[in-house]
Amino acid sequence: MNTPDNLKYAASHEWARLEADGSVTIGITDHAQEALGDIVFLELPAVGRTVKAGEECAVVESVKAASDIYSPVSGEVVEANQAAADAPESVNQDAYAAWLFRIKPADAGACATELGGLLGAEAYAATL
Amino acid sequence: MPSRTPLHASHLAAGAKMVDFSGWEMPIHYGSQIEEHHAVRRDAGMFDVSHMCALDLAGPGARDYLRRLLANDVARLTVPGKALYSCMLDETGGVIDDLIVYFFTPERYRIVVNAGTTAKDIAWMRACLAGFDATLKVRRRGHDDAVTMIALQGPDAHERRHTGIDAVAMIAVQGPNARERFWTAFPGYRAASEPLGVFQAAECTSTSGDWLIARTGYTGEDGFEITLPAESAAATWQALLAAGVRPCGLGARDTLRLEAGMNLYGQDMDEDITPYEAGLRWTVDFKDPARDFIGKAALAATQPRNQFAGLLLLERGVLRAHQKVITPQGEGETTSGSFSPTLNQSIALARLPEGVAIGSEVDVEIRDKRLRARVVKPVFVRNGKPLI
Repeated sequence: MNTPDNLKYAASHEWARLEADGSVTIGITDHAQEALGDIVFLELPAVGRTVKAGEECAVVESVKAASDIYSPVSGEVVEANQAAADAPESVNQDAYAAWLFRIKPADAGACATELGGLLGAEAYAATL
Repeated sequence: MPSRTPLHASHLAAGAKMVDFSGWEMPIHYGSQIEEHHAVRRDAGMFDVSHMCALDLAGPGARDYLRRLLANDVARLTVPGKALYSCMLDETGGVIDDLIVYFFTPERYRIVVNAGTTAKDIAWMRACLAGFDATLKVRRRGHDDAVTMIALQGPDAHERRHTGIDAVAMIAVQGPNARERFWTAFPGYRAASEPLGVFQAAECTSTSGDWLIARTGYTGEDGFEITLPAESAAATWQALLAAGVRPCGLGARDTLRLEAGMNLYGQDMDEDITPYEAGLRWTVDFKDPARDFIGKAALAATQPRNQFAGLLLLERGVLRAHQKVITPQGEGETTSGSFSPTLNQSIALARLPEGVAIGSEVDVEIRDKRLRARVVKPVFVRNGKPLI
């Protein structure tokens, strides 16, 4: 299973990447897309919405089932990946390229703590 | 531990993702459910349906027994090999199961029932045998078939195990090119199976044992459902693969039957539902006033509470089972829903209040939103073509 080393992982199968501008990009893992099967619909959060870490904020639907996506960090949604929403199968093709949304944390220190609480690639792979 | 069909190793070799389905370890897909779906609509695909249970009914009382047991009337069957779809009802008119019965002679029939209902079906069918001069023999579906083995624990189980009722496998080959590809793999069966009309079967005997080749299916496409000796199953699967038939899992089977508007027992209907509320009025035969089938009195006295309809989602999203449908006539509920790969849009089967018109628009509650859907006749796709 593909779990890139530069990402942090939630046990609920989201990945998170801290960007140079302090925002955090979020998607679902390769394992998650594999388990869901053919993905046909993404419901992404509205830009401007404020979320807390652990809050449901997107839905990924495959032919088989709907799966809730939780934000691993707190902050404001600053971008949703419209290209992925227009081509949901792109998440199956490359779950790490087809990100879902980006969060701007209100507090960089709190965000670092939240990210620190997530799993590294090896620890996440061990849960699968 | 779930039972395994005679094709279990073939599935693993083809890269199947296996799941538990009604106590059977079955392939859900072999990589992409959507591609498997398209293969059946555009070319040819095959499904292992060995988890379904075949029963052989024989005896002078066989015909009268089925005329009592089933809501549809086997008296319609006069041509050997002809098949009939029917519900098996309880006394309240609730659906115990839906099944296919094949007629060979008025004293000999084959019945195929659903996997998840096999144990209760056999118990019910045996109980109903009292007073009829007929015997019901269950065909085993694999050497570790737990349900059938339990069902075989009757007074004559010993006799049956030792008179060699061999296990059978069932393979459904479906799609516009399914029959041609089957004949490429098995040219010897062409003469017997080419003349078959829809819902008709032929019994064929050859060096590979007794086969039943039926022009039936559960996809809305042409094709065959083949019942054959378990020991021939893997070689047959391999020959079909070599002829270009794509292995398809239960996932594609579900979206194909949904597009075809076919009910799934346990999801779209059950014992709390009459055939009327499942869109199956056409399968209930009242023509012979002298025939008293089980559930007849209850059905005659009942008024259907709901109508069976299709929904086409007009916005982006995916309909699922058990979502609330809001109509001007009251609330309804989806019973099956998914994404339709052929229409590239979400569809559902639903029970709606009487009076909701085909073509009208309703709302479906999906999570915290209400999305618009159009009410349509519950057949979305047939023979590769959208009907909406």
